[in-house]
Amino acid sequence: MSARNAILKRLRERLDGPLSAPESDFSVVTGRGWSQEERLARFERWITSVHGEVVHASHDDWTRPLAEVLADKGVRRLALGKQHPVAAEAREALADAGVELVEVDRDIEGWQQEQFERVDAGLTSTLGAIAETGSLWLWPTPDEPRLISLVPPLHIAVLDADTVEETFFDVVERHGWANGMPTNALLISGPSKTADIEQTLAYGVHGPRELVVIVRHAGTAPGEA
Amino acid sequence: MSGQTPGVQTYTPREFHRQAHDALGNPQIRANFRKAMDGLMSKRRDSFDDWDLETLRELGANIRLRALARLPDLLEQLEANCEANGIRVHWAEDGEEACRIIREICESHGARSVIKGKSMVSEEMHLNAHLEAAGIEALESDLGEYLVQLNEQTPSHIIMPAIHLNTDEISEIMHEKTGTERTRDVDYMTAAARQQLRERFMAADVGISGVNFAVAETGTLCLVENEGNGRMTTTVPPVHIAVTGIEKVVEHLRDVPPLYALLTRSATGQHVTTYFNMISSPRKEGEHDGPKEVHLVLVDSGRSRIYQDDELLDTLRCIRCGACMNHCPVYTRVGGHTYGTTYPGPIGSILSPHLMGLEETKDLPTASSLCGACGEVCPVKIPIPDLLVRLRKESVGEGRGNVPGAGIKRTRREVAAWKGFQWLATHPGAWRSGTALAGKLRALTPAKLGAWTDYRTAPKPAGTTLHALVKRHQASKSHEPNSKSHEEER
Repeated sequence: MSARNAILKRLRERLDGPLSAPESDFSVVTGRGWSQEERLARFERWITSVHGEVVHASHDDWTRPLAEVLADKGVRRLALGKQHPVAAEAREALADAGVELVEVDRDIEGWQQEQFERVDAGLTSTLGAIAETGSLWLWPTPDEPRLISLVPPLHIAVLDADTVEETFFDVVERHGWANGMPTNALLISGPSKTADIEQTLAYGVHGPRELVVIVRHAGTAPGEA
Repeated sequence: MSGQTPGVQTYTPREFHRQAHDALGNPQIRANFRKAMDGLMSKRRDSFDDWDLETLRELGANIRLRALARLPDLLEQLEANCEANGIRVHWAEDGEEACRIIREICESHGARSVIKGKSMVSEEMHLNAHLEAAGIEALESDLGEYLVQLNEQTPSHIIMPAIHLNTDEISEIMHEKTGTERTRDVDYMTAAARQQLRERFMAADVGISGVNFAVAETGTLCLVENEGNGRMTTTVPPVHIAVTGIEKVVEHLRDVPPLYALLTRSATGQHVTTYFNMISSPRKEGEHDGPKEVHLVLVDSGRSRIYQDDELLDTLRCIRCGACMNHCPVYTRVGGHTYGTTYPGPIGSILSPHLMGLEETKDLPTASSLCGACGEVCPVKIPIPDLLVRLRKESVGEGRGNVPGAGIKRTRREVAAWKGFQWLATHPGAWRSGTALAGKLRALTPAKLGAWTDYRTAPKPAGTTLHALVKRHQASKSHEPNSKSHEEER
């Protein structure tokens, strides 16, 4: 008998007989009742507590703060997509900003070394965020591949303020994740970190050392004149 | 001050007592663990501040129980959905078979170099040694695992593999093995490891990872991590092999958020980890990165035997957070290596006997004061103290015999001693004359009574038994002429 069948047979012919499955009540992980402002405030509090940076911008003028972030962090080569509106707008705005825009819609086999060694930052869109934990959620695409948010030392993520859900459970349920998962779904909550050396926190162990979230608000961003 | 590289040593559960003795006499080990565990306990408590923790634990236990109740069906569903997504599924009866399957996948790709994300199941089956023997280099990429591997050791904690080492010791290990400067600068050491490992990620032929939750409903493999090495391992090399125990399956995607919330807070007191990485297929047509092949290896290795028994079944609920070891007064003092097993601490003491047999691990169920802390903090409410007692019973042949090596500690002398005690305690006449005799002969009580008297003086029977004392007291009371009645006392 194959290992598969032998294992399944043992599990099915259980010595103490079949087990009954309890029903689950998920109310403890949903229904927080937070307003839009409160969600955003919680998201920001949590993600900044783990070294994420948050920049607020208006939906119409978000590429200006993006350019400031790039200048601030000394980014010379930025990897980004083409088709997603975030990437398209950024490409247009940065055309003369003195930043080299690196194309990512090509198979990694052809430019792995370049991506690992010569890209300063990756820019991605996000599908939303989670207030309770300060997490971004991303479903990488051919336009914005998986490694863009991982390999470069700086990850810049663009988040729309009205896409912040209360909990992870809410994201899974409301956005119908169970109906079809992508190749890779990600929650990202801050830059890469480790505490493996005597519990001392250090950032950027394998992934990005820095994470900047540009939050786009409809109308004027809070704090802007 | 520069630390000393701790010597390479092999640990085995058979030598638990000697290893515990050595660890207790090692102030460095004790200090390293004490410091880490104290911090972890308070961080865990704080991280659940805003939560109805009992309700959440109830839900966690309930989700795991439901998954186990439907385990064979869910495994088939997981397999079908993974295969439909393009993930190839393999089944292994034991660690040896799993190692062979993984080696053959590596060989079919002509792999010489494997990069690994953290996987306790791969530690359990000694995968690295197996691959090395076949000429395939296996390199750990989790920073803690990397350091432990550099030092030719095994992890001392399931979540924080290098917790037994302090900064000076790590600096010395990195200096000796990789040529970095001796320093106390953790950022420098982290950056050096980043650089060393990035080269290896790019060069690796195969990435091997564990799995935290495997979702049957969608055929999704979930990985929880902070460093990004898990994402690297599962994205950069052209082939990804995920290896996991058969009990890691959950039914629905919605079962994942509560377990994830419990796992990160219970493990390190974090409200969330940096990455939650969910993999449902290899690279699809038109996608530009990610492995072109993904394999899932499901390992039994004794788990289906645990599954047979209603009480032991609870062991399989574990989500491997490590909270039980962080809160264990024994683990905190003796450290993880002392147990000599892949899984140390309370969960290791109730799991290892099934994986290795009681003959090897007979001392582990007794490595507990039964204080109950492990059961109290377990995020899925495994009654660990009850299971420790059950395994103690099994080891002396007083259980149901459902554990390999059951009865290994049974001795005629002990059985006779308890039988004798039972008889004595149920025959009042014999008990009275026996205890009276023991009182008279108290001067003859031996000063050495095995392990008990290693750190204590031997107890001596009282000259007069309690019964005799009470009788004497009552007799003297009733003879007192002016004794007040109960009514008057009020």
